[in-house]
Amino acid sequence: MSSAAPEHVTRTRRQEPVTFLEAISEALFEEMERDPAVFLMGEDIGVYGGAFKVTRDFLDHFGSQRVIDTPIAEGGFTGAAAGAAHMGLRPVVEMQFMDFISPAYDVLTNYIATSLYRGAGPMPLVVRGPVGGGNRGGPFHSQNVEMAFFHTPGLKIVYPSTAYDAKGLLKASIRDDNPVIFEEHKGLYRAPALREVLPDEDYVVPLGKARIAREGTDVTVVTYGSMVHKSTEAAKTLAEADGVSVEVIDLRTLLPLDEAAIVDSVKKTGRILVVHEDTRTGGIAGEISIRVNERAFEWLDAPILRVTAIDAPVPYSGSLEDYFLPQSADVVTALRYLAAY
Amino acid sequence: MSDAVASGLDRAQVVDLYGWLCLARAAEERLELLQKQGHVSGSIYRSLGQEAGAVGAAYALRRRADGTGDFLAQTVRACGALFLFGGSLEDFFRQYTARGTSPTKGREANVHWEDYEKGFVGPVSPLGTMLEVMAGITLSFRLRGEDRVGMVFYGDGASSTGAWHEGLNFAAVQRCPLILMVEHNQWAFSTPTHKNTRVSSFTEKAPGYGIGAESVDGTDVLAVYEAVSRAAERARAGGGAQMVELRYFRRRGHAQHDPQDYVDPAVIAEWEKKDPLDQYRARLIREGWAAPGELDRSWDEAVEACRRAAEVAVSEPAPHGPDAVHDVYTDVILPRPWTRAFTPDPRNPLPDLP
Repeated sequence: MSSAAPEHVTRTRRQEPVTFLEAISEALFEEMERDPAVFLMGEDIGVYGGAFKVTRDFLDHFGSQRVIDTPIAEGGFTGAAAGAAHMGLRPVVEMQFMDFISPAYDVLTNYIATSLYRGAGPMPLVVRGPVGGGNRGGPFHSQNVEMAFFHTPGLKIVYPSTAYDAKGLLKASIRDDNPVIFEEHKGLYRAPALREVLPDEDYVVPLGKARIAREGTDVTVVTYGSMVHKSTEAAKTLAEADGVSVEVIDLRTLLPLDEAAIVDSVKKTGRILVVHEDTRTGGIAGEISIRVNERAFEWLDAPILRVTAIDAPVPYSGSLEDYFLPQSADVVTALRYLAAY
Repeated sequence: MSDAVASGLDRAQVVDLYGWLCLARAAEERLELLQKQGHVSGSIYRSLGQEAGAVGAAYALRRRADGTGDFLAQTVRACGALFLFGGSLEDFFRQYTARGTSPTKGREANVHWEDYEKGFVGPVSPLGTMLEVMAGITLSFRLRGEDRVGMVFYGDGASSTGAWHEGLNFAAVQRCPLILMVEHNQWAFSTPTHKNTRVSSFTEKAPGYGIGAESVDGTDVLAVYEAVSRAAERARAGGGAQMVELRYFRRRGHAQHDPQDYVDPAVIAEWEKKDPLDQYRARLIREGWAAPGELDRSWDEAVEACRRAAEVAVSEPAPHGPDAVHDVYTDVILPRPWTRAFTPDPRNPLPDLP
């Protein structure tokens, strides 16, 4: 136990750039170093270091008491995390792929999300794991799970888009006394464009606060996760080719939703497009649309539109998946429509 | 009067056990009265005939009020164990009558409440979950090297859920000091055990998990006490998860609204002869541990304690409706319904953002 810190979680200390994935590893590592109550549970996270190697070498450093390889039973170990949280521990549970969170739906929604309200106390636990398509993973290794939980009061849902945010939001999630579902887009994990040098200090990014990823004045895009990058790309195209100024809001936390950030931007631009990689019906665009309707109806100059995946399971074949997923070109088309409205 | 020791218990303890049996039954009888009087918002669930399972099991554990003792996850049919772990009669009646003063502030019902210092955690209605949760609670005991064991009650019907399997398997694999009490009362609402499982005793499942198990007559409080003492000793010694099956019969319907007309009355009559209070009382007298008058006093005291506690509960206020918005999160205040807060502004019907 307590061998030297793994090399891949000390890049920031050396002021080397980190990937999105390494930012997550650093957050976990630093939180475990900071607080002995933090421990990890999940499938293949110990000896193997996790399917994506987020916890590589953690077992050697922290030992098997704090890096627990579990039976393949997402409901069982998520429920066990709840019990440990009752006793003052702060479990971080990894779903090997977030698609497999569904067996834990019962305990997350019925038990964990209701705990504080029932008087059973706070639930300081995080359920984290990879989400999202584009990796030819097929229907069961590509899903976005946020809307399965968005309707559950008591949960928080976090979905970062940059390495800086991933680290700061994960630290904030681990320190939060409420249960957090933390979605990591696997397409961002090792994306070279996302590598950045992070501050060599103990920072957090507060939950519930969106950020302006790109400032603009003509149209607002509200988005999160990998779609922040596709939307920003589209915004650049509109700026260069059309002279249209697009503001991109990165939600960062989906629940609770930063309504003020959305409404403020819409009052500035009068036009809003919601972009999400998740499927269309029952997607977060619906909720955002009604909130804008409630709070900024009089400021709107165009209908509220959305660009999303189609309402299908995530297909395996590249040609099918590319059609399924919202692309930058779709965002460009929608923005041009709104700008001209 | 003999001072003979039974099951390692002294005379005062064997008489004390009878008092706890009385308390469980008297509390539920008081509930029936409260329900007839219109004080109970939801259903009530009787453990008639099962009291010895809950009382004998809890009596075998270390009950402390400072967060260092053993731990219980009760069910509606194990209120006797809840009382032994320090759950108060007042809180019991406050929960059933949905008082604002109840441990859950009127947000949850019956035995669904917790006290981590006293060492108990209430269930939620989906079955099996508490096996997962107690696996985690007892995992924390093992990780921290604490000398504590946990006990989780579940009816036989819960054994059909995935959560039951996943929680038990997790506890077994992680060598958690957890005792699973299977309340084999032969009915899961209207579904008999043979429609929930192909085994006749739940101990047959134990080898599949690699855990210790024994089956015991759940109407015999001393037999239960002994079996759970052995299980707790094995768990404490690092033997990991254990199972104790309580064999008995649910003599009332699933809840008070269920007349149980699917059960043969002759079978119920047979089990009435094995009533845990009557049996134990007869034995205490027969073997010379207590005189009838002393046991009568135990019953009278239990009835009186329940009467007084119920009186306290029903005199207390219901929760304040608008408090429904509190405690969903530790740090987020929910917006109140806008139609109740103010007169809408025609241009912007919602108030300013906080």
